[in-house]
Amino acid sequence: MAEIKLMKGNEAVAEAAIRAGCDAYFGYPITPQSEVIEYLMMERPEDRTGMVVLQAESEIAAIHMVYGAAAAGKMAMTSSSSPGISLKEEGISYMAGSELPAVIVNVVRGGPGLGTIQPSQADYFQTTKGGGHGDYRLLVLAPASVQESADFVADAFRLAFKYRNPVMILSDGVIGQMMEKVIMPEQTPRLTDQEIIEKYGDWATTGKPDDKERNIITSLELDPYKQELHNIKLQAKYTQMQEEEVRYEMINCEDADYILVAYGSSARISQKAMDLARAKGIKVGIFRLITLFPFPSEQLNDLAGRVKGFLAVEMSAGQMIEDVKLAIEGKTKAVHFGRYGGVIHSPEEILEALEQKLIGG
Amino acid sequence: MTEELIIAGFGGQGVLSMGKILAYSGIMQDQEVSWMPSYGPEMRGGTANVTVIISDDRISSPILTQFDTAVILNQQSMDKFEETVKPGGVLLYDPNGILKHPTRKDINIFKVEGAKIAAEMGNAKIFNMIVLGAYLKAKPIVKLENVIEGLKKSLPERYHKLIPLNEEAIKRGMNELVEIS
Repeated sequence: MAEIKLMKGNEAVAEAAIRAGCDAYFGYPITPQSEVIEYLMMERPEDRTGMVVLQAESEIAAIHMVYGAAAAGKMAMTSSSSPGISLKEEGISYMAGSELPAVIVNVVRGGPGLGTIQPSQADYFQTTKGGGHGDYRLLVLAPASVQESADFVADAFRLAFKYRNPVMILSDGVIGQMMEKVIMPEQTPRLTDQEIIEKYGDWATTGKPDDKERNIITSLELDPYKQELHNIKLQAKYTQMQEEEVRYEMINCEDADYILVAYGSSARISQKAMDLARAKGIKVGIFRLITLFPFPSEQLNDLAGRVKGFLAVEMSAGQMIEDVKLAIEGKTKAVHFGRYGGVIHSPEEILEALEQKLIGG
Repeated sequence: MTEELIIAGFGGQGVLSMGKILAYSGIMQDQEVSWMPSYGPEMRGGTANVTVIISDDRISSPILTQFDTAVILNQQSMDKFEETVKPGGVLLYDPNGILKHPTRKDINIFKVEGAKIAAEMGNAKIFNMIVLGAYLKAKPIVKLENVIEGLKKSLPERYHKLIPLNEEAIKRGMNELVEIS
């Protein structure tokens, strides 16, 4: 039987990266994410799998090192927290434009600006609606436990290479800092250049072969008509993500009158609020987003036809609520509740918001 | 069984590691656990606290505002957490440095002279294990043998020679628990 460990979410991400066969990690420390790079430095994965771990001189350098490694067809990742992710956005946009796979972890803290080091979910807009410039999307996975923090790393790499697009794991200060039981996946060997080509196609810049032209990785195309064609191709990938990659979890939704919509740590806290509500006889269910993009619009729309309302619970002033409202097309009521700026809402506050803003409002 | 616990004191008292050892002990007896620390600039010299949940069932929120038990190791934490103990719950504290003692009548209050006993035993670092012992006497949620297993898991191997000392401290703490009300 696999060994059960007690780990922080951040440590689980780091160990899972080694085990996913990641080739290279480039990062820069920032609270509440620093355990990712600390763990990797302590663990010395170069001795275990040959994986490169490097502390760059800045977040910007780190993301462009990821760009370079990804352009060579390697499984590369970086991690940071909100202000550091803002610095990386230029590189992320370039990778989306250049169609490069990469895994980026954001352990979100309160903002804007340097903000606070306490947990937050206020980077939802940045993560799902751009962040960098141009018409692009990230595929976004939001873990709600230490186990998912581990499991989503290999998933993220698989999806990144499937779509040749950056994938973001959107964690937060709670999920990153808390310890829970975790069972680590088995070690996957790192892929050779040849195995990458066989598995994901011959697109990387691994040298000019004799029998064909060299591959070029770039996000630059000065001819607007060609750039439009490139954009259409990118959009087709995002449409395919919407068709194939939507992930969510429904808890007690079958008989529910009211649904708490949440992701990450808010989904965990909402579960306690759900228990408190059910103890009072209010039939509450949870709709937990696992992918933030693609957004489970159809599933929420289906639910909207048979419930009395949605409470979008997020540690922000109201970001995910916009996508919830778009999804349910006004079929029923949807209101937002959340503490923000680094403050974590309690289960009791969520219950109070449910009773006053949704049921009584 | 679900135990929702907060351990609060100064940074450096071993608050976080006491929580970690408890969480590991829970794992050793196949329970679900979560360990959520306060983190940030407050950790050095200031207050530190950790929420530990040990349960037979899946744990929902790792963040709580009310607790079955509060283990309180300094005055700031007493001011903050006495009121967060659920009615009928347990408050365990070390009176060393406490000026305003707990006053609630609807909870069970215990004390342990952790700092004093650690000084007697000649090792300030075992303070948190004395407190852990007292806690386990008041709330026997995990078996001592599983705590020892938990210690083995949470301590690097080079410190395993210290396990007998830690076990002694836990047992001493168990014997020194005083029920106040």
